[in-house]
Amino acid sequence: MKAKFNGKRITGILGLLPKEVGYFDDEVDNYTFPPKQTMRLKKVMGFEKHRLSKESSTASEFCIYGLNYLLDNGKIGREEIGAIIVVSLSPDYFVPHISNIIHGECDLPEDVLCMDIPQGCCGYLLGLMQSFLLLDIMKEKKIVLCNVDILSHKVSRKDRNDFPLIGDAACISIIENSEDPDDIYFRLYTDGKQRNSLIIPAGGFAMPCTDETAVMKVLEDGNCRSLNNLHMDGTGVFNFVQVNIPPMLENMLEETGIKKEEIDYYLFHQPNKFMLKKLADKIQVPYEKMFMNIVENFGNSSGVSIPINIVYNLPQQMVKEKYTCCLSAFGSGLTWGAIIMKLGNMDFCEMIETEL
Amino acid sequence: MAMDEIYEILEELRPEFDFRKSENFVEDGFLDSFDIVSIISMVEEKYGINIDGLDILPENFETAAAIAALIKKSGGNI
Repeated sequence: MKAKFNGKRITGILGLLPKEVGYFDDEVDNYTFPPKQTMRLKKVMGFEKHRLSKESSTASEFCIYGLNYLLDNGKIGREEIGAIIVVSLSPDYFVPHISNIIHGECDLPEDVLCMDIPQGCCGYLLGLMQSFLLLDIMKEKKIVLCNVDILSHKVSRKDRNDFPLIGDAACISIIENSEDPDDIYFRLYTDGKQRNSLIIPAGGFAMPCTDETAVMKVLEDGNCRSLNNLHMDGTGVFNFVQVNIPPMLENMLEETGIKKEEIDYYLFHQPNKFMLKKLADKIQVPYEKMFMNIVENFGNSSGVSIPINIVYNLPQQMVKEKYTCCLSAFGSGLTWGAIIMKLGNMDFCEMIETEL
Repeated sequence: MAMDEIYEILEELRPEFDFRKSENFVEDGFLDSFDIVSIISMVEEKYGINIDGLDILPENFETAAAIAALIKKSGGNI
């Protein structure tokens, strides 16, 4: 899908992180692989530490904590909100939706639209696109876009290929109409044939969770996990990214007439340092324009990683000035996409921690 | 000689396997995706090369000869 928007902007981003930090060095002995071999991955992949929410915490609690923080600090008023959009792969329940829970707990007016979108790594792109579409009919109202994932609950702690990467986080972005004439370019693509490359096999109606699906097994790749756990085909996803992202960006720049050098920041989804370095090399972007430090500091929080990237690396810049940015993501679906837009002059861009 | 250098890298990475007896490291379960990442890191450092992301495919890591060919293709002197 290709689309062009204008007259919309992100006016604030709040990042939320659980306080608990898991350290890779402490987790090495959990895995079935020799520690020396596992430690070799530390530098290459950027495994250092990741944020882990409590087992009892839910995605809605992160959003409620964040939205109450914004309401209490006068960053947004209840009457200004036109819609709550939640993008997540970590639902509290099948029913009700996370957005409904937020609506009730934050005491929002009845005319606030509530919408949940299940989407993984491309969740920020999809959430922004949906926000831009809604703003055409919302006029002066603001969209509260909540990206949240607590997927550490769904990853086996004995799975060296998945657990060190994963991190829990949430972000709330405020999107509103603006007189700003800057164009926003959007691209999103899907290859559903590769959908099983990133999968949690059990837990839905196709394969409900049972005692059998919870049995932990050492699998062919040497990792220990159950059918209730998230699994990623690392090589398959890596190749999919290297094959699809560079030509998509090249075509997008050509079609929009924007030169590669005119992009101030390439704010990409953060799967791991190795993949991002290879991608930067391929598209010939200097490392200082493409941050790769989110996995090593917080872990990969799926659709939350782009706004966490912005809040962590550019908090002052995003409040003071405006930059031409290329946001790109790739992951479950398999889905990949990008947005080129101006980001900046925000009312706030900050990170807070919670006990969740 | 070139093959010996490759086997040294593989044996350092996964000493529990006899790579010289395997006809396909990936199919035999000797190497997974993270081992491939480690091999890339090791050969890039050893041979001063940068392997193209598009070449990071399982078939380029199935045998010592395939790995050597990839190093050569990437400009390595092996």
